[in-house]
Amino acid sequence: MFKIVSKKMFSEKVACFEVEAPLIAQSRKAGHFVIVRLDEKGERIPLTIADADVEKGTITLVVQAVGASSTRINALNVGDCLADVVGPLGHATDIRKYGTVICCGGGVGVAPLLPIVKAMHEAGNKVIVVLAARTKDLIILEDEMRANSDEVLIMTDDGSYGQKGVITVGVEQVILREHVDKCVCIGPTIMMKFVALLTKKYDVPTIVSLNTIMVDGTGMCGACRVTVGGKTKFVCVDGPEFDAAEVNFDEMMSRMRAYRAEETEAMNKINIG
Amino acid sequence: MKVCAVGSGPSSLAFAADMAKFGYEVTVFEALHDIGGVLKYGIPEFRLPNSVVEAEINTLRDMGVNFVPDVIVGKTISYDQIHSMGFDGIFVGSGAGLPRFMNIPGENLIGVMSSNEYLTRINLMGAGRGQGYDTPVLKGKNVVVCGGGNTAMDSARTAKRMGAETVTLVYRRSVNELPARAEEVHHAMEEGIDFHVLHNPIEYIADENGRVKEAILQVMELGEPDASGRRSPVPVEGKTETIPADLVIVAIGVSPNPIIPSAFKGLEISRRGTIVVGEETMQSAVSDVFAGGDIVRGGATVILAMGDGRRAAASMNEYLSKKS
Ligand SMILES: Cc1cc2nc3c(=O)[nH]c(=O)nc-3n(C[C@H](O)[C@H](O)[C@H](O)COP(=O)(O)OP(=O)(O)OC[C@H]3O[C@@H](n4cnc5c(N)ncnc54)[C@H](O)[C@@H]3O)c2cc1C
Ligand SMILES: Cc1cc2nc3c(=O)[nH]c(=O)nc-3n(C[C@H](O)[C@H](O)[C@H](O)COP(=O)(O)OP(=O)(O)OC[C@H]3O[C@@H](n4cnc5c(N)ncnc54)[C@H](O)[C@@H]3O)c2cc1C
Ligand code: FES
Repeated sequence: MFKIVSKKMFSEKVACFEVEAPLIAQSRKAGHFVIVRLDEKGERIPLTIADADVEKGTITLVVQAVGASSTRINALNVGDCLADVVGPLGHATDIRKYGTVICCGGGVGVAPLLPIVKAMHEAGNKVIVVLAARTKDLIILEDEMRANSDEVLIMTDDGSYGQKGVITVGVEQVILREHVDKCVCIGPTIMMKFVALLTKKYDVPTIVSLNTIMVDGTGMCGACRVTVGGKTKFVCVDGPEFDAAEVNFDEMMSRMRAYRAEETEAMNKINIG
Repeated sequence: MKVCAVGSGPSSLAFAADMAKFGYEVTVFEALHDIGGVLKYGIPEFRLPNSVVEAEINTLRDMGVNFVPDVIVGKTISYDQIHSMGFDGIFVGSGAGLPRFMNIPGENLIGVMSSNEYLTRINLMGAGRGQGYDTPVLKGKNVVVCGGGNTAMDSARTAKRMGAETVTLVYRRSVNELPARAEEVHHAMEEGIDFHVLHNPIEYIADENGRVKEAILQVMELGEPDASGRRSPVPVEGKTETIPADLVIVAIGVSPNPIIPSAFKGLEISRRGTIVVGEETMQSAVSDVFAGGDIVRGGATVILAMGDGRRAAASMNEYLSKKS
């Protein structure tokens, strides 16, 4: 059992947990994720390790409630336990001194972006963060991002905070303004697709971190497979990060809908119960 | 002295039992949340009830074997950490868990999945059992299973139990070459699985939602015997057949789990990705690392895996006795 030692709400739907997992805290790097199972009947869901404290033996998870499992995890409190936390999984991010790096994201992607922002900044890069959301209340981790980067641009669809516009508008502004050596984008698949198209146009090498459906997270089932550069890859062991220009986002979006009916039903049960 | 096993499939369980009898303190590290390897996540409940596996594991617990789930050796803990934890010998029984696909058009459509995914969702995660487990599994009316081994038989019989109207097993050679045990083939036939032999899928077609709706099969015939000694399947030029399929389960084999081969330095790894060990000693190129089961043989059997575990225990015992 993995005990929750602290909990903070970042927004109505986003919770930040510190969880006891001393072995994982020791071995994890930026970009790694864990598979979490809430209880005996729970699903195995992937969550990025946002941070870790080796001394305390804890890892930080930032969970956005989008469906049944994430909603139930976010209802847990300090002292409660997660049945299983296993990792670190996937390849760590290739952190190097690139020069100027744009780290952009939205939705479920913002939490996984934070450790990369931190590590890129620590490696001596000039880090420009672009965060996007529908509206002001959904912008999360802004302070943490500011503390670990050189500049933060905020984009909202309705203009309630920062600039009005989608993420690509902000990213393009930066690219037109100065030379950018690398871009990292994590967010909903559609967002990553459009950022990939934009940065390809300007020849900025871009990494995306794919958040496909997973089961085991250890390469055993293939539920997480995507097509990258015409070849089938398993996100959990070959990724989760890939060269954005090579990813078949349309196929990925279709595969993400595989369990839409079941997900909706599970969510309805929670809302009624 | 303390020793550990990596993975909790039959090879590790047999190893742990013997080592406990020899008087060692034994710890078994398992990547998944449950103990038992393929016995739990692969082989279905109707063939091997989880309660039977659980009883065996409890016997080992009573003998003092310590089971630690949620630890991936090579990721959660390294080879060096295992040593600093005080383990003098390591048995690797990490299995052949990697599903193979055929790399044909449409294989990544919704509704096409590996037998490992299908069986894991149902056996390990409890999907579709109506017992309140959260994990979902897709159901199909017309299920196609590709392959002819025990795993294919288990997948087909499971699909039938999950309510499929038709289950068609597509195999590229003839009934005589089916690699599954005769008994399993017999059960599958009895349960009404449709054996579509001498056919091989070449493409899957999607409906408007991106879900598979049809499988295009190449008609095959038997040619000369191949390297395996069985007559090889050859396509009959220009002859195909299209059948309805809203769920396709790919059960064409598995490859060795690559985590340990890439995490432990100094191991000798074969071209197929298996760990090379001494035939009788089960000892690898790293002297305190022994291995057995599917990680050494590729996809094999429970009996062979258990035999390997026992031989590795005897040989590690000898090695450690000499050392101390
Ligand atoms: C490598 C990796 C790292 C991840 N890291 C984090 C993280 O740090 N924090 C976090 O909150 N989430 C993260 N995710 C996503 C998280 O795993 C899913 O949101 C979660 O599994 C959803 O489960 P659920 O039962 O709550 O929702 P479901 O019932 O499965 O889904 C509900 C709705 O959300 C949509 N949805 C499901 N998964 C995703 C997704 N991955 N992206 C966008 N929409 C989705 C579904 O299409 C559906 O409409 C990560 C995913 C991966 C693969
Ligand atoms: C559906 C199906 C039906 C079968 N039917 C039969 C049958 O009827 N008769 C028969 O004889 N054989 C059958 N087999 C084959 C048989 O199950 C295998 O040969 C046998 O289980 C191999 O045992 P093993 O000990 O090598 O490992 P496995 O049973 O494969 O277990 C390996 C375990 O190691 C874990 N692991 C992997 N890497 C790590 C790591 N780095 N750290 C920690 N843990 C790790 C895995 O999660 C897994 O639990 C079947 C197989 C399948 C899939
Ligand atoms: S989640 Fe099962 S192989 Fe990636």
